Amino acid sequence: MESDSRGKWGGLRRQIVLSGVGGQGILFITRLLAETAIAGGLPVLASETHGMAQRGGVVVSHLKTGGFHSPLVRTGRADLLIVLKEENIVLHRPFLADGGFLVVNAPAPPDAGPGVRVHAIDADALALSRGIPQAVNLVLLGFALARIGCDGTAGGFFCTAGEVREALSRRQGAGGARLSGSLAALDLGIAHGS
Amino acid sequence: MSDRILMQGNDAIARGLVEAGCAVAASYPGTPASEILSSIDRWRKKHGVKMHVEWAVNEKVALEIAYTAAITGLRAAVGMKQVGLNVASDPLLSAAYLGVTGGFIVVSADDPGPHSSQTEQDSRLLAMMAKVPVLDPSSPAQAMTLAGTGFDLSESFGVPVMLRPTTRVCHASQDIDAGPFRPQAREARFVKDPARWAATPAFRRKLHDRLSEKIAAIAAWPATAPVCMNPDVPARKAVAASGVAFAHARELFDELGISDRIALYQVVQPYPLHAGFIEHLLRTYAEILVLEESAPVIEMQVADRRRVRGRMTGAVPETGELSPEIIGRILSRFAGLSARAEPPPAAEGGRRPTLCPGCAHRSSFYAIRKAAPGGIYPSDIGCYTLGINLGAVDTVLCMGAAISQAAGFDYAHRLSGKTVDIVATIGDSTFYHAGIPPLIDAVVQGARFLLVILDNGTTAMTGNQPTPGTGIGAGGETTSIVDMEGLVRACGVRFCRVANPDRLPEFVALLKEALVHVRSLGVAVVIARQPCAMVTRPAGGEGRGAIVITEECNGCGHCVERFECPALVFDEAANRVRIDGMICNGCGVCVHVCPLGAIHPGSSGEEA
Ligand code: SF4
Ligand code: SF4
Repeated sequence: MESDSRGKWGGLRRQIVLSGVGGQGILFITRLLAETAIAGGLPVLASETHGMAQRGGVVVSHLKTGGFHSPLVRTGRADLLIVLKEENIVLHRPFLADGGFLVVNAPAPPDAGPGVRVHAIDADALALSRGIPQAVNLVLLGFALARIGCDGTAGGFFCTAGEVREALSRRQGAGGARLSGSLAALDLGIAHGS
Repeated sequence: MSDRILMQGNDAIARGLVEAGCAVAASYPGTPASEILSSIDRWRKKHGVKMHVEWAVNEKVALEIAYTAAITGLRAAVGMKQVGLNVASDPLLSAAYLGVTGGFIVVSADDPGPHSSQTEQDSRLLAMMAKVPVLDPSSPAQAMTLAGTGFDLSESFGVPVMLRPTTRVCHASQDIDAGPFRPQAREARFVKDPARWAATPAFRRKLHDRLSEKIAAIAAWPATAPVCMNPDVPARKAVAASGVAFAHARELFDELGISDRIALYQVVQPYPLHAGFIEHLLRTYAEILVLEESAPVIEMQVADRRRVRGRMTGAVPETGELSPEIIGRILSRFAGLSARAEPPPAAEGGRRPTLCPGCAHRSSFYAIRKAAPGGIYPSDIGCYTLGINLGAVDTVLCMGAAISQAAGFDYAHRLSGKTVDIVATIGDSTFYHAGIPPLIDAVVQGARFLLVILDNGTTAMTGNQPTPGTGIGAGGETTSIVDMEGLVRACGVRFCRVANPDRLPEFVALLKEALVHVRSLGVAVVIARQPCAMVTRPAGGEGRGAIVITEECNGCGHCVERFECPALVFDEAANRVRIDGMICNGCGVCVHVCPLGAIHPGSSGEEA
């Protein structure tokens, strides 16, 4: 039964929780990260919120890379919590493991208690100023990728910002305004996180 | 790069069905099952598979269509959410007796929790009542495989087969290696046999006997037998788990380090539970814990009550979803581990869902309260259930009940000599689904209420599937259009008018006029027609900046409380309301809502 490939995926076994409200595009960045994982040869399991909550209610996704069976992250186990709506921190902070990262869309770093490494960016203001309010999700993701990086041993992501960029290009097709808009939003975040 | 692709559970189910040669598929949308049919359509188009795929008017019709294809020898499937199965239970129970010649799969998606449903009922119980076998996948990948297995099972025994995923399977996604397509190259061939296909009660008894024999044989079918994850482990305790509860348990077995002490079985076919498995469990283990969602289906089939632990014994909570945290606690206790300090659970609550910015339903609800203050407002299932936030939804029972409940309220109040304005709301899709019979009934009985059909031209809540009024089919093809006004009139309604609710003042006046008709002459219908804002003008789109709130705003809060557009935000510090430019879609309806006239179309503004 020890088919679990823990050893095999070792440093890239990650549990990530993404939190926001309906309409912010949590689902989109969850799938983008999942596709990045697959492109990198990592097994992935994700869990999405659909239905009534998508009408502006609380939306949360779970993403696990590297040999898991359950699609849900247990409380106290997440390496990374990405929060698109600051008010959700009180709800989803319990998912974070000791020493985990919290990346939040907020004007100033909030107090998330001890044992959490917090990074904040005002992605709303940034996206509005560029006229791309629907791309806040990619701005925050870009920021998180650049700020935390992919370090096989010390937590963080299972992939690099460049790999996510490639996955985004594949997902949005060969080119067009949509792709360049999305890439610009991701790059905006990356630039602020670097 | 790998060949594996990311598939959502519903996508995987669709893929499994199409791969296995499903020829006819029908569905009515409902969370968490909605994506199955659109995904079937994508797979068949992508791979040029010839199929009939349709969004049926309701689940009963969907099941009957697919079932009938399966008695011509084709493979067919129907998809729905669990409460949809209630609607389709009539044909299902009968179809179990008659059986099928081609493979027939009923996908009924359950929603333990519930996350987006009226109940957390267990479709497996209905499978048991119908005497059809049910398969319970634990992951998207397994759901895909079981779709194919299900067809084989169905054809081997000539019975309908239920595939029962739950929300955590439907809306999980996973990297999956898709298999090759196995086209069936069959022709529809209906062999007349009235004693079977039109069986009278005398024959039904015989068919029931035959069904019982089939169920007994299926309880020994090797392909769906339970699987032990750690067969070589000597254990006196065993866990039998199914669905996503199994997936959680499997991960927890490793984490808790109990795989060397407790046997773990996955039950793939909870009903009929394999007879040999029940014997084996009782022969081998002193204590057996059953983890399943949401009813004790497996548990009740394991006969020895002294040795089984589960929902019936209190070892597992009787209601609610089995989260991995809950399963962790149950397993620790069962294994006799000392309780570990666990972090507090993630909190419930937070921002409640609301109608989208620019949603015309909001205008309708606002107008209803203006036109019929103090009325009773029965409503129905859809986005517009969120009218509850605007104080314009008093009851929600099940699909179509807004209309029967409006009638029921009228009769009850009239008997008591009371007069009250009753204004019911129902969406267009829900009206077609289950609203027509109660409307006919209300006309015949002379009920007095106003029905507002919220016609946004789509099934919005579940992801904008087409309705019979749109003229678009499941694959985007052109279909015939049903004329809603004509339909309402044909039901016998004499007052039927169409209007755009976003023209608030005119719409309120129309509702008042309709209520005058209601009070003296009976049922009136107003069709509030304006497309779903998600389709025409998503938030943060073109209309941004079109609306401004001036200094005239004195912070009375009327727009925030009564109109409740999420783009209207109360600024506590400044004691006034501001527009959230991130999400305002510029619909302009709020202009008519402010009693002080402080909300104006902006420079780039557009009038409502
Ligand atoms: S999806 Fe459409 S119908 Fe539903 S709340 Fe949004 S605008 Fe209204
Ligand atoms: S114009 Fe007014 S009602 Fe329409 S979306 Fe913007 S704030 Fe809401």
